[in-house]
Amino acid sequence: MPQPSRRTLLIGGGAVMALGGAAIALKRPGGGEPIKIGLITALSGQSARSGEAISRGLTVAIDEINAAGGLLGGRQVELIRRDDESSPAKGVTAARELIFKEKVAVLVGGLDTPVARAIVPIATQAKTPFMVPWAAGTAITHNGADPNFVFRVSAVDEEVDKAMVAYAREVFSARKPGLIMLNNPWGESNEKGLQAALSATGLSPAGSERFEASDIDVTPQLGRLRAAGADALLLVGTVGPSAQVVKSLDRMGWTVPVVSHWGPAGGRFGELAGPNAGRVKFVQTYSFAGPSSPIRDRVMTALKAKYADIKGPADVTPAVGVANAYDAMHLTALAIAKAGSTDGDAVRRGYAGVEVYDGLIKRYERPFATSHDALGQQDYVWAQFEGDHIVLASPSRV
Amino acid sequence: MDLLPALISGLALGSLYGLIALGFHLTFSVCGALNFAQGSSAMLGAVLTLALRQAGLPSAAAIPVAIFLCGLYGLVVERAAVRPFLARRSDAWLMATVALGLITDNAALFLFGSEPRAMSSPLVQSSVTIGGVGLGVYQLHLLVPVVALAIAGALHLLSRRSLWGVAMLATAQNRDAASLMGIPVSAMVAGAFAASSALAGAAGIMVAPLFNVQSDMGVVLGLKAFAVAILGGLRNAWGVMIAGLLFGVAESTITMSLGSGYTQMLTFALVILALAVRPNGLLGKAEVRKV
Repeated sequence: MPQPSRRTLLIGGGAVMALGGAAIALKRPGGGEPIKIGLITALSGQSARSGEAISRGLTVAIDEINAAGGLLGGRQVELIRRDDESSPAKGVTAARELIFKEKVAVLVGGLDTPVARAIVPIATQAKTPFMVPWAAGTAITHNGADPNFVFRVSAVDEEVDKAMVAYAREVFSARKPGLIMLNNPWGESNEKGLQAALSATGLSPAGSERFEASDIDVTPQLGRLRAAGADALLLVGTVGPSAQVVKSLDRMGWTVPVVSHWGPAGGRFGELAGPNAGRVKFVQTYSFAGPSSPIRDRVMTALKAKYADIKGPADVTPAVGVANAYDAMHLTALAIAKAGSTDGDAVRRGYAGVEVYDGLIKRYERPFATSHDALGQQDYVWAQFEGDHIVLASPSRV
Repeated sequence: MDLLPALISGLALGSLYGLIALGFHLTFSVCGALNFAQGSSAMLGAVLTLALRQAGLPSAAAIPVAIFLCGLYGLVVERAAVRPFLARRSDAWLMATVALGLITDNAALFLFGSEPRAMSSPLVQSSVTIGGVGLGVYQLHLLVPVVALAIAGALHLLSRRSLWGVAMLATAQNRDAASLMGIPVSAMVAGAFAASSALAGAAGIMVAPLFNVQSDMGVVLGLKAFAVAILGGLRNAWGVMIAGLLFGVAESTITMSLGSGYTQMLTFALVILALAVRPNGLLGKAEVRKV
């Protein structure tokens, strides 16, 4: 049998690709190119699970939007994902590629605050709206740019710090809380925020201690806070280090209340911290363990149908990633509809013009009219571990 | 009153640093090379024990098997990252052992996963009490220094009294002469690396219930152990162990009395100061060099 010539192969290949393209085009109802949403998040490494949660929240929302006929006269929404491996440099490269090559309408992303902050100037310069569903660094949305292309549906450090102080005060009648912060930029910025929140309410801390992620024993730091008369602990740390604090407290036999940033929520805090993991009350934007609602049930059904590992509310972890991303995507769709095009500046104004959206986390009323953060202190809920599951703390709001 | 638990916990951690540092001492004595993958060996000990237990093995079997596997890992380190360079009188084992450690850490991240895991142990269930008063430490805190000192003592006896130990000392003193006397020098060196990794593995297993098991847990342990090994005097086993205990106690008492902001600055400043006074380590002696 004679070998096919290179030209035959090329023509054949071209024909197959053209047919394939035609088949894809046929599947699209309505007209026009898909509207691309670019996601930049950690899909590998330590934070991969959280990145996957964001990805799932967006996917469920996009499926709903497409099933309802898409946007801008029937254009389908398409998600393009890029892995930033929690590295600002990789995030920047991905942002450039998505903006200039893929020409996405909106960038979504930023799991880690340093990555989000690195993307902000690029998005601003390219006039591409940047929606942040996770990273809580205050400076991400308070970035000094005018016009400001960055929006967020997540917790904000500054607001979390106020909420932590309020919870310690109201629920545990704390008057002299001790600060125990992970020794990294995140811990440092929250220490400032907590000090400010305390002095705004006329309180002063018993002391402020830092600990390293590699610290095996935190009793010396905690011993100092106990000696200084701390009546509650305000904790900022990731999963492993937060567990070290709980184990050290257990050993000391110190039953002080612990109010925490959302660090413990990711990963196996229940396993790491042991039987007393539940003493840590931490902030969340949403918990699927909360009361049932039509939207919650709809999202749960969609998640169960799409992802085999989700059997019930307890399997949606981290819940904040899914919920923030889900609401962020629907708000983005409303902004694009309001803009009437995918032009970056028009979509930015579209966000500001969003009127009302009944979301998973809450009913949003003009969420971006005056602020670039859709959620604030009053929207947070408080949760704790029960075994390996996250349940609402009591009370879950103050 | 919080001083006592801080002291005990410092002694426990310090003896673990000492145990890992003994590994540095062993290989340095025998062939003048150090295994900078010691931290990774400690991590491997913990990760393997956890994995074996998850596979259904009881702790009594999982722990010795994990330590044995760490020993095998030491043989790999010696064969792949040390022997090729020593044979050509190169110091590149420095970088090669660091690199192998990084490869091991990343392989563990890949295979074991990125989430920290807990190593349960009956020895960390509740705080030890004496006459109804909580000491603020677990049984494990009290057990660790005993086990570590016992291992150090056994090692000391072994190196002074057994034929194996004498051969090792001979290899350390003069490699060529030892070889001429019929001592299998290559095997001695390989054995030293296996023993050093096994020691680190044992330390990793003991630290795991007090900490979290994760792929990067050995990095800081290895670094502190290296500081301890230099501080104690690389050629002196007891010096290394004492330096470990001092380092651990210094860490916890400085944090306790001055606050965590000063711990690392002051402990490492103390290390530099001690070395300025005693450049060959606390119990080290200046080496006689024949030119």
